[in-house]
Amino acid sequence: MKDLLIALRVFVVLTIVTGVAYPLLVTGIAQTAFRDQANGSLIKQGDKIVGSRLIGQDFQDPKYFWGRPSATSPTPYNAAASSGSNLAPTNPALKEALETRVKSFQAANPGQPVPTELVTASASGLDPDISPQAAAVQIPRIAKARGLEESSLKALVEQHTQARQLGLGEPRINVLELNLALDHPQE
Amino acid sequence: MSGWMQIALYLAVLLLCAKPLGLYMAKVLEGEPTFLTKILRPLERLIYRLGGVKSEEKQDWKRYAVGVVIFNALGFLFVFLLQRFQASLPLNPAGMGAVSADSAFNTASSFSTNTNWQGYGGESTMSYLTQMLALGVQNFVSAATGIAVLAALIRGLRAREATHIGNFWVDLTRSTLYILLPLSILLSVGLVSQGVVQTFNPSAKAELVQPTKDTKEQTIALGPAASQIAIKQLGTNGGGFFNVNSSHPLENPTPVSNFLESLAILLIPAGLCITFGQMLKDRRQGWAVLAAMTVLLLMFLVPCVLSEQAGNPMFKQLGLTTAANWEGKETRFGIENSALWATATTAASNGSVNSMHDSYTPLGGLMPMILMQLGEVVFGGVGSGLYGMLIFAVVAVFVAGLMVGRTPEYVGKKIEAFEMKMASLVILIPCSLALLGTAIPLMFGTGQSSMSNPGAHGFSQLLYAYSSMANNNGSAFAGFGANVPFHNLLGGLIMWVSRFWLIVPVLAIAGSLAKKKIVPSGPGTLPTHTPLFVGLLCAIVLIVGALTFIPALALGPIAEHLRMAR
Repeated sequence: MKDLLIALRVFVVLTIVTGVAYPLLVTGIAQTAFRDQANGSLIKQGDKIVGSRLIGQDFQDPKYFWGRPSATSPTPYNAAASSGSNLAPTNPALKEALETRVKSFQAANPGQPVPTELVTASASGLDPDISPQAAAVQIPRIAKARGLEESSLKALVEQHTQARQLGLGEPRINVLELNLALDHPQE
Repeated sequence: MSGWMQIALYLAVLLLCAKPLGLYMAKVLEGEPTFLTKILRPLERLIYRLGGVKSEEKQDWKRYAVGVVIFNALGFLFVFLLQRFQASLPLNPAGMGAVSADSAFNTASSFSTNTNWQGYGGESTMSYLTQMLALGVQNFVSAATGIAVLAALIRGLRAREATHIGNFWVDLTRSTLYILLPLSILLSVGLVSQGVVQTFNPSAKAELVQPTKDTKEQTIALGPAASQIAIKQLGTNGGGFFNVNSSHPLENPTPVSNFLESLAILLIPAGLCITFGQMLKDRRQGWAVLAAMTVLLLMFLVPCVLSEQAGNPMFKQLGLTTAANWEGKETRFGIENSALWATATTAASNGSVNSMHDSYTPLGGLMPMILMQLGEVVFGGVGSGLYGMLIFAVVAVFVAGLMVGRTPEYVGKKIEAFEMKMASLVILIPCSLALLGTAIPLMFGTGQSSMSNPGAHGFSQLLYAYSSMANNNGSAFAGFGANVPFHNLLGGLIMWVSRFWLIVPVLAIAGSLAKKKIVPSGPGTLPTHTPLFVGLLCAIVLIVGALTFIPALALGPIAEHLRMAR
């Protein structure tokens, strides 16, 4: 009985320390030192929020760079309910999905190799990035759709390529930022 | 740096951090002053005063065990109630409703046992208040409970004819304040700098750059995530703020955040090995256990990476640029960092993910599954991994003793019938719960109906789920339909039993060992700090795991691999 009382009192105190004081302290530091990151790295145009630098969006128009396939529901890139496909490598549904995606990719990008990551679903369904190779194979399509020189697109892609961060991870390109740069070339 | 180099760097940094952190944690558990004492001592005293704790009082093992069980039962109750009433409580900007009773039961058991199995999706189920006050708190105190039980076992091993093994309330408070809290503050600020969100704002609404007929807007879930992610990694909890855990770009945005989060998975479990040696005043014992853990980790890490790199033969048939298994992986991490995380998170009983294990190649997915089935002793949970491994060390000296016909000893303590009975319980309970947990749903048809993939992989999903819950890991083959009353109730029960029916025998061993004399080592003593013993320890862990699980694994991942290769 005595132990129950101690347990109850210690539980309440530790709940206040780790469940109230700790998150509030971290929030305070975060909102002071890293305000932009702590609130979702949002991209604004005037007063309008057009997305988050860290969250991908669904692009299907030939004039935009396309990102990874997304398995979120009910719509792709649903950032209110993240999800992967969870399809097993031996699941016939994975093969079907890939065949469909390969076909539509080849139809839109004739003669180009098909990068694996552009036809496989990301883990989060929100992957903001693609590899430099996955951007390169899309350049001819976009050049045609926008009436631009391939070389100027190549330069733009290079400019948006992030190298490995401190030698970690993989080289990558943020699809949303790249597409915003396509739409607003002056900025 | 290539993927392999990044893995090597990870292991190097981990082993370099183990020693200073381990020595620091030894001071904390011994009650000695540290560089944080000046700041934290007043808070510590205040907690004792408000809690009614007599910090100088020592407890025998039974009193200690009663404290552990009551305290965690209260945690369970609180998490359950908060989920049920979250709809009428504050800090709920998205207006989340009450969590169903069976799901709330499962989650309460899951978080109070340091498992963090999640049948729900965080951003679509839990209010900010529930995340912080229920789940976040359990992340701290369940991890601190593990460290406390470990400290009690170490005191039992080194005591000379004593009955006391420490004070649970002091161990709990000091582990939380001096170890988990400072590390979590550092890590969460580091994570925010990389882009992890920490805000009480409601979800953001973005106008899509390329709107479609039906969708013009993107709702971006936010929340006080960083503070929770830091402790979920450090405390081997693993319960994500968002549904897809650390593959979510707002939970793990960059390669640097990924490195820090991966490091945090194994950091404290590795450091505690050094703490163990230091508290025994024989550091070699700690290094030997750490060596065994590292060897076992590498044995499963390397095949996992190779298997994911080799990938899916079907990708080649479709003419893709590489067969590497990109399904369910994020571009910024790549193949190697995903496989590294998958093995680290299952070696430790963490269970967070940065890629979808369900989509792994059969052999790639086999590695995390075995690591859980070995009993979560390869680094394992904070505290619980090492006390589990020390139980295996007891079994190892027993087996060696049988071979030469001599009473076994471990670090100067004679191992006798009582210790062996308790050790057998500790090893057998999770094994039997994993297998029974897999078998029972199959008999009732709920096993089959929850499988989202056909064939052998469906069975793998079920086996993975119950291996995860029975070993307090928490990771999943996430396509598995876990959020149904049957799995919620059975799994919730299994998680609770496998946590506390292990802690009680471990404390009983601590109490029994404490009473014994220390036998000076003689020429017939098996030294337990040599490469020979490291090899023996690894072999015992592997043999017990293999004998128990190979038949079941043959029906799941092994059968699937043969089918895929054909």
